[in-house]
Amino acid sequence: MTDPVLEARGITKRFGALVASDGVSLDLRPGEIHAVIGPNGAGKSTLIAQLCGGLRPDAGAVFLEGADVTALPVRARARKGLARTFQISALAMEDTVLQNAVLGALGASGRPWRFLRSALSDTELRDRAMAALTRVGLADFAAARTAEVSHGQRRQLEVAVALTLAPRAFVMDEPMAGLGAEGSAAMTDLLDGLRAEAPILLVEHDMDAVFRLADRVSVMVNGAVVATGSVAEIRADPAVRAAYLGDAA
Amino acid sequence: MSREGALNLVVLAGLVALPLWAHLAGETFTVTLATRAVILALAGVGLNLALGAGGLVSLGHAAFFGLGGYAMGILAFHAQSMTPLVDGLLPGTKSMPVIWLTTIAVSALAALVIGLLSLRTAGVYFIMVTLAFGQMFFYFAISWNAYGGEDGLSIWVRNGFPGLNTLVPIQFYGLCFAVLALVLLLSHLVRRSPFGLVLNAARQVPARLEAVGLDPTRVKLVAFVVSGAITGLAGALFADLNRFVSPAMFSWQLSGELMVLVILGGVGRLFGPVVGAVIFVALEHWLDGVSDYWHVYLGLLLLLIVLFARGGVIGLVAGRERAHD
Ligand SMILES: Nc1ncnc2c1ncn2[C@@H]1O[C@H](COP(=O)(O)OP(=O)(O)O)[C@@H](O)[C@H]1O
Ligand SMILES: [Mg+2]
Repeated sequence: MTDPVLEARGITKRFGALVASDGVSLDLRPGEIHAVIGPNGAGKSTLIAQLCGGLRPDAGAVFLEGADVTALPVRARARKGLARTFQISALAMEDTVLQNAVLGALGASGRPWRFLRSALSDTELRDRAMAALTRVGLADFAAARTAEVSHGQRRQLEVAVALTLAPRAFVMDEPMAGLGAEGSAAMTDLLDGLRAEAPILLVEHDMDAVFRLADRVSVMVNGAVVATGSVAEIRADPAVRAAYLGDAA
Repeated sequence: MSREGALNLVVLAGLVALPLWAHLAGETFTVTLATRAVILALAGVGLNLALGAGGLVSLGHAAFFGLGGYAMGILAFHAQSMTPLVDGLLPGTKSMPVIWLTTIAVSALAALVIGLLSLRTAGVYFIMVTLAFGQMFFYFAISWNAYGGEDGLSIWVRNGFPGLNTLVPIQFYGLCFAVLALVLLLSHLVRRSPFGLVLNAARQVPARLEAVGLDPTRVKLVAFVVSGAITGLAGALFADLNRFVSPAMFSWQLSGELMVLVILGGVGRLFGPVVGAVIFVALEHWLDGVSDYWHVYLGLLLLLIVLFARGGVIGLVAGRERAHD
């Protein structure tokens, strides 16, 4: 078996009496999309925050490419190749689409301390940003103000910014949130192609997308992973059906 | 050219033409008023970097303005009284370039310390902490009797600049204007630079910066230091204009006035502090002649601007800012 790119080992996180992560262990292997599903409040976003460094687990550890990164802050993990997208878009709304992508390229370059040269006429940064925008289908909107493009385009921009980091692993929190059927289908196609670049840990509510994309699925309920398996296994698992999928699935 | 760019050019042209005309017409007082406006504009450009680009609502920028004033005052005082600054070692100086470099170093250092401590907080706490630092300097200056205490320090003759006679009002004006123009040019470049882009994003979405591997707090700290240095430089020029420094330069009212003029002109707009300072000084002059309560009218005007014109006067004239390319 190949070594996992990203791994949570026995992560526990309590908020007062509430156990938001209950000894969660899961991993992300090269080339795969690993979906995490579960009802609202199951602890998916809390898990992501601990994987990415926004929250420190009370117990357990996080490994990125074999190294223990549990003590590292968000930005250090980002520099080591962990790229995330947010459940609610976190973009500079006053800036253009291109400027947001250049911000990612700047982060990847690690050289924001330049004061007098124009950022957008730096061809290296610009090319990297435009390549990411082209990849997600936003090249024509590069000059648009982010506040003025559609919600769906902002979701694509989230992915483009992550792409500028040339990451070792993606962590995506509900990239389809708020997208219509068409938008979800486009995003699904995009993510499908992305796993060749880096594996994706995908938290998602859209079951069509999950069942189409996922190589493996983990189901979370009340902070714990209750099942992990292929799409077929998860669909067949009686405990999962009872806890989450209901009879509709 | 954008409407805002055209407006900026008009303002710049006015800042050249009006004082020149006043000089030729023998209206020395108008030249002095223009000098005051240009120096306050420079202080505002400093504040605008923290406030507009970085979103740091500092109510303590008088600390830097005052430090600039006192750096000038102390150096010039030792020069005019022929006493060493440090026993047997450093003499004072009447040279503006030396005073400016000292000012920039001192206020940048103060901004680094204040920034390190205040950037741990945000929102109202940030305002309070910066205000508290300003007040600390104010009370320190009042009790520092070696340098005039409450009464402040008078400097007999304006400091010198190589090749100029700074005693001639229009020449001193030209010098201050040149400094402002240079700092505006640098600000313009910084706004489009990688640092400017990152700072702008740090204000809007700090979480995004972290997610791409950058440290928003450090970026804001650097902006705060540069901001403090610019406002400090303005303080040195202000003291030279008046040939006088006093604890009033450290007062919270002064911090408030700097903030008022930035908001009046347009927060975050390159020329916001310039337009704001010109209007501020003009109102201060005219309304003061009309009524003792001119601050009340200014307050009302400010209220209207804040309520109805988020982009200040520049926003009213030129509309919303275009994203730079
Ligand atoms: N910062 C916090 N403080 C207290 N409780 C929290 C906090 N963050 C999340 N929770 C709680 O933890 C549980 C898991 O939340 P979350 O991870 O957002 O779930 P999901 O993303 O699966 O919908 C919820 O009950 C939520 O209310
Ligand atoms: Mg969530």
